[in-house]
Amino acid sequence: MAPLIRLEGLTKRFGETVAAEDVSLDIEAGDLFGLLGASGSGKTTLLRLLGGFETPTAGRVLIDGVDVTSMPPYERPTNMMFQSYALFPHMTVAKNVAFGLKQAKVSAGEAASRVEEALELVKLGGLGGRKPSQLSGGQRQRVALARALVLRPKVLLLDEPLSALDKKLREHTQFELMKLQDQLGITFVMVTHDQEEAMAMCCKIAIMDRGRVVELGTPRDIYERPKSRFVADFIGSANILEAEPAGPGRVALTGLGVSCATRETLQAKGWIALRPERISLSTAPAEGGPWPSGVIEAIAFHGDFQAYKIRLDGGAEVRVATANVPGDPEPGDRAYLSWPADAPVVLTH
Amino acid sequence: MSAATERQRNVLALPWFWLSVFVLAPFLIILAISISSATYGAPPLELFIDWKSGHVVFDVDFDNYALLASDSLYLRGFLNSISIAFETTVLCLLVGYPMAYVMARAPERIQPMLVMLVVLPFWTSSLIRVYAWIGILKENGLLNGFLMHLGLIHEPLVILNTPIAVQIGMVYSYLPFLVLPLFATLQKLDWTLLEAAADLGAKPWSAFFRVTLPLSWPGTMAGALLVFVPASGEYLIPELLGSAKLPMISTVLWTEFFANRDWPVASAIAVVLLLILAIPLFLVQGRQPAQGHI
Repeated sequence: MAPLIRLEGLTKRFGETVAAEDVSLDIEAGDLFGLLGASGSGKTTLLRLLGGFETPTAGRVLIDGVDVTSMPPYERPTNMMFQSYALFPHMTVAKNVAFGLKQAKVSAGEAASRVEEALELVKLGGLGGRKPSQLSGGQRQRVALARALVLRPKVLLLDEPLSALDKKLREHTQFELMKLQDQLGITFVMVTHDQEEAMAMCCKIAIMDRGRVVELGTPRDIYERPKSRFVADFIGSANILEAEPAGPGRVALTGLGVSCATRETLQAKGWIALRPERISLSTAPAEGGPWPSGVIEAIAFHGDFQAYKIRLDGGAEVRVATANVPGDPEPGDRAYLSWPADAPVVLTH
Repeated sequence: MSAATERQRNVLALPWFWLSVFVLAPFLIILAISISSATYGAPPLELFIDWKSGHVVFDVDFDNYALLASDSLYLRGFLNSISIAFETTVLCLLVGYPMAYVMARAPERIQPMLVMLVVLPFWTSSLIRVYAWIGILKENGLLNGFLMHLGLIHEPLVILNTPIAVQIGMVYSYLPFLVLPLFATLQKLDWTLLEAAADLGAKPWSAFFRVTLPLSWPGTMAGALLVFVPASGEYLIPELLGSAKLPMISTVLWTEFFANRDWPVASAIAVVLLLILAIPLFLVQGRQPAQGHI
């Protein structure tokens, strides 16, 4: 099956600045797709290119097989939920939601029932008569969502949909959005700078850096098998140690005097990434060594786990997240690291 | 009373003082003159309230208002002034709205320059600017010379001393009063709202009528009033560019006051004009809270 959205060599320059550089990407129908990146990485530009708010410098955008590259927003089968929500302040909630229906010349009776239905869907039934200024932030977010969904777009674009909400509400809304997406079967493309949010919600993520898509895959793929130091460090936290090839499936850790097994074979000087939660800590050397060891510099209590900051003998600093350490070491004590063979990820750049 | 409300009262004292001394008091004087009767002397009137042999004597005279109603000269004067002010307002809106819109959407760094260009004419006296229009519009003036040079016309157009000349002068003079408040409103407009409208299927014109126009309504009305109110009392432009062919209420007032030395009738005209102008103002004010926030 052809993908619902296809970006071909999409480039957007604003004068000297390159916001998107040769982006080619397929998004399947029914996906909840995440564009993840730091600010200025070009993720919002990409979303705006999808919505028709920017014209690309080069490349094409296809939606459902139709070239929409030069199509204005009002003709595209997409709807956007703006980061600021962009609700019309002079209209009631119901009029806001009905805006697009009126534009599409839907009959008044049908429009009224669809507005009602959309407001029920986002649990705002009965608030149709209010002005946006009389609503809370969370309610405004739902109005924006209802206003975009009521038009039954092929693609819903969400620009940082949860960034304006407080933490508790954000987590709750994450699930609501996922449920809605599942229920309606509309393809969602979401921009976010919050990697936890992207991992929790999206079935596929594109990670952007300086206008390029640097990695694409499922959250699990990207988390467990990042391909670059940038991605390993950007997604979750990672200890990145310099490494050199030491035979098939083995690397030597530069400056630490130890080696370890890896799944892939490193061909030239590179790095390995180790997730803090994959490392075990003990007060005595573990089996199958030699393992790196060092001095515990600090311990932070997080409730469900504890974070250890360890200064290795070679000088490198390593973070370890673990629930318990046999021997209960304290700051200043020596500790030995170890990890399962599938924990280190080989990175070439 | 708390310190805050006291401070608030102190802050408001100055504008209240100003308004009482320079607006309310003169208005009351004019109101008083308008119900007094004219006579020979200096000043040429007998005040409606007087002190005669130890008694306060009232001699309220509404004849001046009756005269305004009975002589069609005044009615025509009012109608001419109001209609030319209305036309000026409409033309200023048609020219000024696009101007303010383009200014508000221009890159932020050139906006101060654009505002400057709108304000720049104020640095020359309005009398001189209106005189300059005589030079442009007269029979052997710049405009006719230019059009004849291009071969578009072979006979000079008669523009000066016609209502068209007055209209040109009025629109030219009052345009900044509309552009500036409208620009200030449009500049604050969140342009994302227009993107949202486009996203929801609205073509540019439709987005303008459903979003931009309603949200810029307060600024539009403020600008329109700033044009309409002074334009209906305009004296100089019809006098210079229209050679007072159309009796405007301002010309009539001038004649009553200076030529006929009939202060009470002139004051009655001023009071009626004020009432005519105050009514739309109150109507707009009443609507303000509903449309108020942007």
